[in-house]
Amino acid sequence: MSDKYMPHTNEEIQEMLEKIGVESINDLYKDVPEEVIFTEEYDIPSSMSEIELRRHFEELGKKNKTLTVFSGGGVYDHYSPSVVSHLLQRSEFYTAYTPYQPEISQGTLQYIFEYQSMISELTGLEATNASMYDGATSAAEVIFMMVASSKKRNRVLISSTIHQRVVDVIKTYAKFHGIELTIIPEKNGVTDLEAIDEELQKDDVAGVLVPTPNKYGIIEDYSGLADKIHSKKGYFGIYADPSTLAVLRTPAEWNADVACGDGQSLGMPLNFGGPYLGFISCSKTMIRKMPGRVVGATKDADGKRAYVLTLQAREQHIRREKATSNICSNQSLMALYATVYLSLLGKKGLEEVNTMCCDGAHYLYNLLLASGKFKAVFDKPFLKEFLVETSLDMEKVNQRLLDNGIQGGLKVGENKVLFAVTEKRTKEEIETLVNLMLEEEK
Amino acid sequence: MKTYDKLIFELSKPGRKGYSLPENEYKTDGLSSIPKDLLRKEVADLPEVSELDVVRHFTNLSSKNFGVDTGFYPLGSCTMKYNPKINEELSALPSFTNLHPLQSEKTVQGALELYWNLQEMLSNIAGLAEFTLNPYAGAHGELTGLMVMRQYHISRGDEKRKKVIVPNSAHGTNPASAMVAGLEVVEVKSKPNGSIDVEDLKPLLDDSVAGIMMTNPNTLGMFETEIMEIANLVHNAGGLLYYDGANLNPLLGKVRPGDMGFDIMHINLHKTFSTPHGGGGPGSGPVGVAKHLVDFLPNPRVVKNEDGSFSIKSEDQSLGNISSFLGNFGVMMKAYAYILSLGKENIKNVGPLATLNANYIKESLKDDYLLPIEGVCKHEFVFDGLKDKSTGVTTLNVAKRLLDYGFHAPTIYFPLLFHESMMIEPTETESKETLDEFIDVMHTVAKEARENPEVVKSAPLTTIVRKLDETSAAKNPILSYRSLKANAK
Repeated sequence: MSDKYMPHTNEEIQEMLEKIGVESINDLYKDVPEEVIFTEEYDIPSSMSEIELRRHFEELGKKNKTLTVFSGGGVYDHYSPSVVSHLLQRSEFYTAYTPYQPEISQGTLQYIFEYQSMISELTGLEATNASMYDGATSAAEVIFMMVASSKKRNRVLISSTIHQRVVDVIKTYAKFHGIELTIIPEKNGVTDLEAIDEELQKDDVAGVLVPTPNKYGIIEDYSGLADKIHSKKGYFGIYADPSTLAVLRTPAEWNADVACGDGQSLGMPLNFGGPYLGFISCSKTMIRKMPGRVVGATKDADGKRAYVLTLQAREQHIRREKATSNICSNQSLMALYATVYLSLLGKKGLEEVNTMCCDGAHYLYNLLLASGKFKAVFDKPFLKEFLVETSLDMEKVNQRLLDNGIQGGLKVGENKVLFAVTEKRTKEEIETLVNLMLEEEK
Repeated sequence: MKTYDKLIFELSKPGRKGYSLPENEYKTDGLSSIPKDLLRKEVADLPEVSELDVVRHFTNLSSKNFGVDTGFYPLGSCTMKYNPKINEELSALPSFTNLHPLQSEKTVQGALELYWNLQEMLSNIAGLAEFTLNPYAGAHGELTGLMVMRQYHISRGDEKRKKVIVPNSAHGTNPASAMVAGLEVVEVKSKPNGSIDVEDLKPLLDDSVAGIMMTNPNTLGMFETEIMEIANLVHNAGGLLYYDGANLNPLLGKVRPGDMGFDIMHINLHKTFSTPHGGGGPGSGPVGVAKHLVDFLPNPRVVKNEDGSFSIKSEDQSLGNISSFLGNFGVMMKAYAYILSLGKENIKNVGPLATLNANYIKESLKDDYLLPIEGVCKHEFVFDGLKDKSTGVTTLNVAKRLLDYGFHAPTIYFPLLFHESMMIEPTETESKETLDEFIDVMHTVAKEARENPEVVKSAPLTTIVRKLDETSAAKNPILSYRSLKANAK
């Protein structure tokens, strides 16, 4: 029965069976009704050696095509310094369990504390949890937080300018949990603030969630919104791209109570959709309704500074069906990813990344408009992503780009395209993209 | 490096940097096109440190951690098995990690094939029709599975079925997931041996029951021998059976949940299929269903076309989306590599050897520790603390003393059926030598408890930090460096 992951020799198995007082391993399953015992063989391939396994993965990998990416849609091809993946490979981090035994988990607990501190710096809000699964589920949990914090209200307004995939997940959670959602329409590419105002007059709104930047890359103006929501006793939430918060007005500066979003933009590999992480930051008033794990600073018996999971009375393992959420595992190692990334980039680096993205995006935007084949859809400020309208046949154009190893913009509706530019793209790549798109049909 | 206790912020010096970027070739000054009011006013106080500062800092932090690579984790219900290195390497292949989730389907066929293959293998291992790999973790899988359950009833116009029966010995996530899914939790009692009390179950089974959540073996590590009767009762009442896959490991090679009558289940890839726990994630919680529930699985789904290619699809009857894309893809790659490494020849030994290891520890320690339930266990078992209660040494004390001896603690004070629960799960990847060392240490601690209880009560004594003040941490939460600084003033 021995295998490289199962070290038992036949002799050892015999010794162990003797100690237990049974004759064979099958005797350990004597209590299982015979009718449910699986007597066949699994229909899965035979054992592969490392050499064969490597070959199999390489063959699968050849069926993929890695491209020069100009698509965003909430996932951005940012650069991550070499150090990040090296430190993530330390097995003391990745083979550890959840830090329920703080005396032997100070490494994990401290990086989560640092992670919370850094995300709070970006959002400007006091408290951040140890991470959620992704941006969409963090947004769904924020909707729950708003309802739980408001006590008697059960309706939440969400802007239709939040990424559709995030809205879809919020809808699923709300449908099953029994929360009433009102989707606020867009007007000229941004949230219709008058529509929010009208809904607020009904005095039954627990909270409002709006994005920055929005699904078209637009940086929306929320002047006056917080006061309106707060005067009607609602909570104000912002779904934010955390990378952009190094330069954009923060949720705290908009006077929001809670922020959430996807941490992927903090240098995480595209990874075909995951793992990334979701974050939630909130003001003090909402801390006790916040889902998930939280790390706090404290002291040990000798007075030494140390870190520990805290406010656990909110969580499922203590409160069961009365918990604020069912979340147990989160995306801890990705929180380490974000922490190392933000440590390296620091105060100046993240600003510089945003400047480069913004300059590159505007360079592409200007080239497209100058070509005469593209025009602006909304005249609104943007950072690294923007929507344009085109007279070109985008099906054909995107195919031509793929043939040249480029993932172009994301098609939106019939004739609109959403482009994203990160610091990884060069001026030359942008020019190649534009030239290929404008090439006459052959 | 035991003395290292700096926060990364405390290494910061204005002007230091730990990154490099290419020269900005554009002369567009994009930020100037954004109105001032939409820009950040106060700069985020992120650290300014050198690359070496960062490397040393996090390397030092890692030395303050215990992991599977450091030593043995007898952690009940957590299945802390070895995390194979080759899986880490394969999951980092750029031909996968560089794929944007929204890039053209034609260019991600290898990734979709992997997803499909893993889905098929899990279906076969579970005895179910199809899996979604989209859920991000075990609890997320539970939630998704319960949504499938409700969607099924709603699709039949049977909306009043909102009760979900949960044993009082269940994992805390079970009732919490039910609450999130909009279901009402009804507890069913356990018999003294931890099994579901069928007589207590019967009167609960009316036409408002959506289903039952169970794990088998249960949280005491005992096989629910009346499972077929329970399945019949629940099905006859119009309910569905949900299987909590946290305890799947002992069944590999022996029993398939689908064959026990379960309609829906989740699997924790980070338990049964060896992917690392990562200090609390990322995990992965695939959900499998029987044939009649396939249409309700969450969107998007990966489908195999007649020509052998793969597509991403959304179905109308689905419960909706529960994730941005196709889940924690990087984690799936590791589980896929693990199953292929073991192959059909070895994977069937996983359950039996995990069960052998658990029973061996149980029989070796029951002289010193109180075994409330006699008999053969599966992958795990529960002691109700030390046998000799006169010393006042608690399960918590024993757990902390184990840390001094270089072992992780067992799961403690769960399940809630006993006052001094100590739940032990060794997994199949541990050798007899490791188990013997653990057994010796457990005997040593029991002896210390008799002869020198104060030592055990004041444990841990040799760890990097000692007993922590958790009360003041909760009373006055300090959750960031900014608040730590403010508090010091």
